[in-house]
Amino acid sequence: MSLSSEHINEASLRRLNRQERYKLFGLTLPYLVLVTALIIIPIGWLFYMSFIGRDGTLSLENYTRMLDSKAYMRIFITTFKISILTTLICAMLGYPLTYFMSQLPKKWAGLCMIGVLIPFWTSLLVRTYAWLVLLQKKGIVNTILVDLELISAPIKFVHNTSGTLIGMAHIMLPFLILPLYANMRTIDKDCVRAAASLGATPARAFWTVFFPLSIPGLLAGLLIVFVLCLGFYVTPAILGGGRVIMAAMKISSNIELYFSWGAASALGVVLLVSTLIILFLASKLVSMDQISGKS
Amino acid sequence: MNFFNAHVSETHIRLRDRLWLYIFSIIVLFLLIVPSLVVIPMSFSDSQYLEFPPKNWSLRWYENYFSSGKVGMGFNDWLGATWTSVKVAVLTIFVATPLGTMAAYGLINSSSKLRSVLFPVMISPMIIPVILVAIGLFYFYVKFRMVDSLLGLVLGHSLVAMPLVLIIVLAGLKNYDMNQEKVARSLGASRLRAFFEITLPQIKFSIVSACLISFLTSFDEVIISLFVAGGDNSTITRAMFLALRDQIDPTIAAISTILIIISSGLLLLVQLFGTKKE
Amino acid sequence: MTLNALNISIKDITKKYDDFHALKDINLEVTSGEFLTLLGPSGSGKTTLLMVLAGFTSPDYGSVKFGDEEVVLKPPHLRDIGMVFQNYALFPHMNVEQNVGYPQKLRGVSTQLLKDTVNEALATVKLDGLGHRNVDELSGGQKQRVALARAIVFKPKILLMDEPLSALDKKLREEMQIELRHLHDSLNMTTVYVTHDQKEALTMSDRIAVINHGSLMQLGTPNEIYNSPNNAFIADFIGESSLIPVSVKDNKAYLKKSEIFVNHSVEKNGDHLLVVRPEKLFISEEKEKNTNLFFGYVSESIFQGESQLLVLRLDPEVFGEQSLQMRIANGSDLKGKIPTVGDKISIGLRMSDSFIVEKSDVSQ
Repeated sequence: MSLSSEHINEASLRRLNRQERYKLFGLTLPYLVLVTALIIIPIGWLFYMSFIGRDGTLSLENYTRMLDSKAYMRIFITTFKISILTTLICAMLGYPLTYFMSQLPKKWAGLCMIGVLIPFWTSLLVRTYAWLVLLQKKGIVNTILVDLELISAPIKFVHNTSGTLIGMAHIMLPFLILPLYANMRTIDKDCVRAAASLGATPARAFWTVFFPLSIPGLLAGLLIVFVLCLGFYVTPAILGGGRVIMAAMKISSNIELYFSWGAASALGVVLLVSTLIILFLASKLVSMDQISGKS
Repeated sequence: MNFFNAHVSETHIRLRDRLWLYIFSIIVLFLLIVPSLVVIPMSFSDSQYLEFPPKNWSLRWYENYFSSGKVGMGFNDWLGATWTSVKVAVLTIFVATPLGTMAAYGLINSSSKLRSVLFPVMISPMIIPVILVAIGLFYFYVKFRMVDSLLGLVLGHSLVAMPLVLIIVLAGLKNYDMNQEKVARSLGASRLRAFFEITLPQIKFSIVSACLISFLTSFDEVIISLFVAGGDNSTITRAMFLALRDQIDPTIAAISTILIIISSGLLLLVQLFGTKKE
Repeated sequence: MTLNALNISIKDITKKYDDFHALKDINLEVTSGEFLTLLGPSGSGKTTLLMVLAGFTSPDYGSVKFGDEEVVLKPPHLRDIGMVFQNYALFPHMNVEQNVGYPQKLRGVSTQLLKDTVNEALATVKLDGLGHRNVDELSGGQKQRVALARAIVFKPKILLMDEPLSALDKKLREEMQIELRHLHDSLNMTTVYVTHDQKEALTMSDRIAVINHGSLMQLGTPNEIYNSPNNAFIADFIGESSLIPVSVKDNKAYLKKSEIFVNHSVEKNGDHLLVVRPEKLFISEEKEKNTNLFFGYVSESIFQGESQLLVLRLDPEVFGEQSLQMRIANGSDLKGKIPTVGDKISIGLRMSDSFIVEKSDVSQ
């Protein structure tokens, strides 16, 4: 007869441990229930519905119809084009501003940050509406340009791609600035000084020392902006005037106007999968960066 | 030109070398802040058309907003919609904040294995494009006949607000010294009592921020409201969006001005509350 | 004030974290009213053991009894212990009085009794009159005393302390060591004290439990631990020592060919280590009875205030690269006769001060 594996209090302690774990998990339960019931299950349902054809049987026709249709292709291209362009505009406008803010003393940087946060917390609709007002034919932009005799007739800035881009860039810019700023603030100024003391010009010191260290924040910002643009609805709908059709708008119209859940969910699945792939690749990039980049 | 020769930011770089950066940055900042502000003078314009700068000044659009329900142009019930938005936003605070806070506490005290599984699920409402969340909810609500219901709206908005609450409270808890709760427990406080008497007062700032963010997120939410709210329960955002899409009603300028004041005010409140703590 | 202090019985306490064995079958009896120190390096498990006593860590199995009562299944807030943490963990949103009064408030004590006991506790830690101060206005030493007052205000029978003095500077720490010990004596509690500082342990404790790699290495009075360590780890960890390889055969120890006189019997044959405490060495010209003699020269002489530390290189043929450390008190009769660098020297170690530990006692 071998020694019993039962040590003193082992069973009771195990039970105690389990109870403790359940109690903590229980705290997260209401949250999880809500998310499961209202997100996981409906999204799963949408996934399933994308594989149901018009006659109610399982089929891939929703997807094949998308791939065959020229209209859908245009929508994909438009969505990606606008997302990429918006991301680039944000990068070009946002990086210098964020760099500028990160080099200021805390008080001034905080002031500038309020300037970034106020539009961030201003309603999406208000900002979109503001651009509508500014960019329309009789809006202030055109009025100034005409008065300064830079153009002879008002330019059409709204209800087209340009208006959409301008509006979206304005809305997305804080999403780039915030993570980038957080990253830049942690960059040790001594590194740049060290480069200078070794003989680098300010420009060289920047590109070889500062910029590489800011890449994680930049990537995070670019990713957030890009992913948000892919699924964006409100601003393109208003500033695009029906001429700029992005994926989210098509999903919405499929349901609102046509009640074709199959088509809407198929497009939705494509949108979701693209988003997840990009986020996944990004997470790989970031961990690569952390391994190979800074020590 | 001593001003331009001044060294900036503790490095060897002088202002003169960076003048272009300063000018560029100030322009971008200007472009960030100013466009939203254009709606303010617009709201005081007399004209029915969107002209800027306004030729005549009047308060008619504010009157139109506040006297909704009576004879007005286009959409009538702006005030009703506003009231709905406020109701939903306040209720969202009471759903999102407790659920998010409890989840944050449970998460931070769990094993890292469990955390790495649960956390992505919990922030999924942020990652999934809102349009999909909206149609998912719509489908679900149609089945349960919850479309156009207050409950449906509150739950939908809470879904979107909760991840933000989670992140804010998690950050607050990370900065907090859990040892204090341990001490309280060693001195005789049950876990629950220790949380309420010791931990909670010290993450006050995070909780308040979370409440404010829940409110703003719900109040500004457009897409879910578009699909899920309607009829008697239309939110102000839904009404605005439809008005913007269908015809251009300058009442929107008045509403926008009010919204800017509210959100800027709340933001300043958060800043003040934060600095008072320090 | 007299209390009935409790004894603590620890049996078979074991805790594993995945692959890491934090505590291995710890068995320990703490006498009632005793000041016991858990001493060990970082990661040794001493804090884990304290947390098991407090109830914040649940062991995989084992028993912890306070007196006759099994407490290992009880949550921390029902164990009626006082606890002081390393970083004091004072409640910043309460002032000193409120901090100290918190345990009493939890126990539903009447307002008058609360006030009285709080004042009493503050007086005991010599902080009378500071009740209204805010926590952030206090110095490190004062914060420490508030944490202490808070832990004893409800007169617990058992006091647990987790490296409470490690954040203080040296002088304050040494003062507080003595004060804490006096406090323990006057309050008649059973105290379990965790530290990695061996000097602190030697100063304050009735007994020391040396813990390393999750196991109890040795339990004894400071004298026993210092003068009769069980193994090489303890010999090295407590106090200073030089360890010299010797071989043992038939209950005799040999350094190369010459015999080393040892004050105890050694059963196992094989490679061992001779533990030499620097202050036990003395300059010896002739061979005295029951004394081990070593020859060499002074390679370094370091002034350390109250003593001189000499590093001796001994006969390379016998000792190889081995050096011995020797400590001579400055201002002793040897004034003027302290050897300088380069001097040839012969030193003695009495048999009563020579002891041997097994070489492989510390398994990694």
